Amino acid sequence: MTALEIGAVIAERTVQLTRESLVRYAGASGDFNPIHYRDDVAARVGLPGVLAHGMLTMGLAVETIVPWLGDAGRIVEYGVRFTRPVVVDADAGAEVTVVAKVGAVDDDTARIDLTVTAAETTVLGKAQVRVRLGG
Amino acid sequence: MNPELVGRDFPPTAPYLVGREKVREFARAVFATDPQHTDPDAARALGYADVVAPPTFAMVVQDLTLQQLLAEPGSGIVLERTVHAEQRFRYTRPIVAGDELTGRLQVTGIRPFGKGAMVTSEAEITDADGAHVVTATSVLLIGGEDQ
Repeated sequence: MTALEIGAVIAERTVQLTRESLVRYAGASGDFNPIHYRDDVAARVGLPGVLAHGMLTMGLAVETIVPWLGDAGRIVEYGVRFTRPVVVDADAGAEVTVVAKVGAVDDDTARIDLTVTAAETTVLGKAQVRVRLGG
Repeated sequence: MNPELVGRDFPPTAPYLVGREKVREFARAVFATDPQHTDPDAARALGYADVVAPPTFAMVVQDLTLQQLLAEPGSGIVLERTVHAEQRFRYTRPIVAGDELTGRLQVTGIRPFGKGAMVTSEAEITDADGAHVVTATSVLLIGGEDQ
């Protein structure tokens, strides 16, 4: 991880989410808010449909860079704003695309900026990971 | 939303023992592909005692603290009308299978937002030795009840 160039893409991927993905994440995380698997509840509270857990989107986004990092322990800080929901259609699901770029570099850390989109809309704001370089 | 919750110190959550299979299950759920999350040998090669949890696994322990908040009488929080607005983690080290973790919740801010409230809370997560592992900060938008 030497000579990181600002703006360079260090990792990217597209993940296909389905309703099964949401149920799997609900079980793994313990977040059983019904807006993530029940259309009737989502409609009752005025949502455009069943939504992916924000934490699922946040979690899969950062995992995009872990193989590049080599060690998840290099991550010092990770924060996001949940700006737009990811609607997961019962049949078509949803595609989430993650592009990770070098945002800033100093002596021993770098800031990796994640651009996360679904249905051509950015769904996470200020998704930034601060990582330790070297040693 | 009860503004007196700000500054309240909640009791530490019961110790959460991080299991290897739970880490694998969580890794699969967040589409984690790196072997350090699933293969103990790959994790050991990096110097860890067992599989390394994905960075957002800290939410599992943070959630135990948020449940204390939801259970608070008169908190005014309805899960279905709660929107997660922001999330941040600050790590001293990654969570590893075998860790016994405790979370301590603090509500650091509540401000009115529309009919509801914007609630900022911080969960400090420590290991069995009391050493800091990660601090998880959430901003939740708590919707007001209809009518």
